[in-house]
Amino acid sequence: MRVLLVDDEKELVSTLAERLAIRGIDSDWATGGEDALKLAETHCYDVAVLDIRLPGISGIDLQKKMKLKCPTLKFMFMTGHGSQGDFQAGTTEAGIDYYLVKPVSIDELLEKMNMLMTA
Amino acid sequence: MALLKKFKPKFWDYQDVAAAPYRAKCQFRRLWYGAIVLTSVIAVSPLIFMAVIDYRATQHDLESEILLRTSRLVSNTHRTIFYFLEERKSALDFIVHDNSFEKCAKPGRLSGILRNLKNSFGGFEDLGLIDPLGIQRAYVGPYRLKGKDYSDQEWYEQVVERGEYISNVFLGFRHVPHLVIAIKYASESGNYCVLRATLDMEKFNELLSHLEMAGEGDAFVINHQGILQTPSRFYGKVFQKISLPIPEYAPKTRVFERETPDAAPLIIGYRYIPSTPFILMVVKQKTELMKPWDNTRKKLIGFLLISITIILLVIFGGATYLVNRIYVADQNLIMTLHEVEYSNKMASIGRLAAGVAHEINNPLAVINEKAGLIKDLLAFKKEYAEDDTLMEPIDVIISSVHRCGRITKRLLGFARHMDVSIQSIHVGEVIQEVLEFLHKEAEYRAIVISLNIPDGIPKIETDAGKLQQVLLNIMNNAFAAMGNGGHLDITAKMAGQEMVSVSIADDGCGIPEANLKHVFEPFFSTKTVEGGTGLGLSITYGLVQELGGSIDVKSKVGEGTVFTIVLPLIMGEKEKINTCEYS
Repeated sequence: MRVLLVDDEKELVSTLAERLAIRGIDSDWATGGEDALKLAETHCYDVAVLDIRLPGISGIDLQKKMKLKCPTLKFMFMTGHGSQGDFQAGTTEAGIDYYLVKPVSIDELLEKMNMLMTA
Repeated sequence: MALLKKFKPKFWDYQDVAAAPYRAKCQFRRLWYGAIVLTSVIAVSPLIFMAVIDYRATQHDLESEILLRTSRLVSNTHRTIFYFLEERKSALDFIVHDNSFEKCAKPGRLSGILRNLKNSFGGFEDLGLIDPLGIQRAYVGPYRLKGKDYSDQEWYEQVVERGEYISNVFLGFRHVPHLVIAIKYASESGNYCVLRATLDMEKFNELLSHLEMAGEGDAFVINHQGILQTPSRFYGKVFQKISLPIPEYAPKTRVFERETPDAAPLIIGYRYIPSTPFILMVVKQKTELMKPWDNTRKKLIGFLLISITIILLVIFGGATYLVNRIYVADQNLIMTLHEVEYSNKMASIGRLAAGVAHEINNPLAVINEKAGLIKDLLAFKKEYAEDDTLMEPIDVIISSVHRCGRITKRLLGFARHMDVSIQSIHVGEVIQEVLEFLHKEAEYRAIVISLNIPDGIPKIETDAGKLQQVLLNIMNNAFAAMGNGGHLDITAKMAGQEMVSVSIADDGCGIPEANLKHVFEPFFSTKTVEGGTGLGLSITYGLVQELGGSIDVKSKVGEGTVFTIVLPLIMGEKEKINTCEYS
């Protein structure tokens, strides 16, 4: 399983990538929409974990763009904000189970990723 | 007093309990007084003004009419008397012209004439023929007056000078009132004679006694000295001097009003009868004549009083109704403004909570991941993995992060409901969310909260934000009513096919029965001393109404209070329109 983590908080995504690596999951991370798109063009990922609010672009828009490039890519959202608009957009796009509010325990994240892969 | 209390309008005892910046103090009672006084004065004064004018005009008209009628009566009667005397004068004039002095002086001739006069005119008593020396040459009548010398008498001088003479009324030898008419006849040869006739007053008096007069009227004739010439009903007998003043000379009929301090006012009409010593007088009682006016006046004043009463009643009712409407509108306005303010406050709190939660969640996530990484790294080495002094603090950090996370998620969940208008939710979830905020307090105060929410209750489509506020408000009130160790029972159940009811029962102090029906009224508060504005439950009531539901309260002092909210499974269209987003 290859995972792409996108969040404007570098410390968060880098640490998370490291922890996933410890658990045997290959992951890349990006802190902005453009970096994420570039990575998605050059690599083939199974799962993308996106923040809803990113500098310059919303996670929802980014998801749509990435989906065009990689139709098989599966998505989940991880956000610190919980406005009803974000919640509705996020759950519509990814499903209620794949809309996570920070902080998320690594076990829960893994569980959701596995669920997404087998779904 | 009880009746008065029943009719007392709502605004009467209104006291502004909670003044807020946007509320101008409205003195409804003063407004009511002002409206009543101003409208009454404006409505009633023209009416009174017109009534007074009409009163005076009608009175004046009637008085003029009385004067005019009296004047007409005097004129007509004067004409009758004047012609009566003129007729007799003319008859005598004709006789002296038709018969020469010599003819008249013949025995038997004068008595024939007197007989004819008696037959034709009536009232002639005697006839005498007087020569230029003043000696009565011929006489027919009851007395032996032939040869009587009149030359030194005043009347004889007057008849010689003016050609005719009418005497005052005098008492004859038979003690019957008489008057004398004398005519001078001048022949072409320059000789003259005088024909003198005595008339009894019977016919003359009849002219006056047959008059029909209203108002205790009295018609009589006086001479220029004020001596009565004909009998009067009220002012004395013949030859008595009348008690009234002699009116001044005027060539025409005159009518005037005479006010006397001790007697009723009089209407007096008079006319000097030309070529006679007589004045015709008609005297009427003004009070009697004005009697019809009394009825009119009573009607006028009665109508005025009834009109004023009706106007005042209408003004009273109208002002009360309008001020009451203003009062109700004012209360609604204040209520709405408060609701808006309350909603804005709640929305602001929601936004703030969401913002804070977001800002905190990101660093929390970093802490979580960093601590997790440390733990992961330590777990590689067995000595570290088994060292509790290292692993335990890390676990505590991670569990604390998750505790913080739960709090921020709860805040986000609460705020999220406020962002939206209609959504489908479980009542139980909303109750749980609200309880999340209260369970710490419940813990500290040892309040036992028991939930009875069956699984079968379907989701309801409603405005969750408003429902949250409603539940929070009722639960806050329940908490305030209960002492430490109280019990709060929350029960949800289906109420019929399309309604869900939520009962929140506490075992607090309860609400007295007198206050129970007022609890949902704006500004009704028993907590004014503690700074309550009494708007909580009225806003709650308003919010439940907006959700298309109803709220009911039952309470017993010392036993507790139960609030029951009944909500529809699906909100009606009307309520949806009333729902607006807070953001």
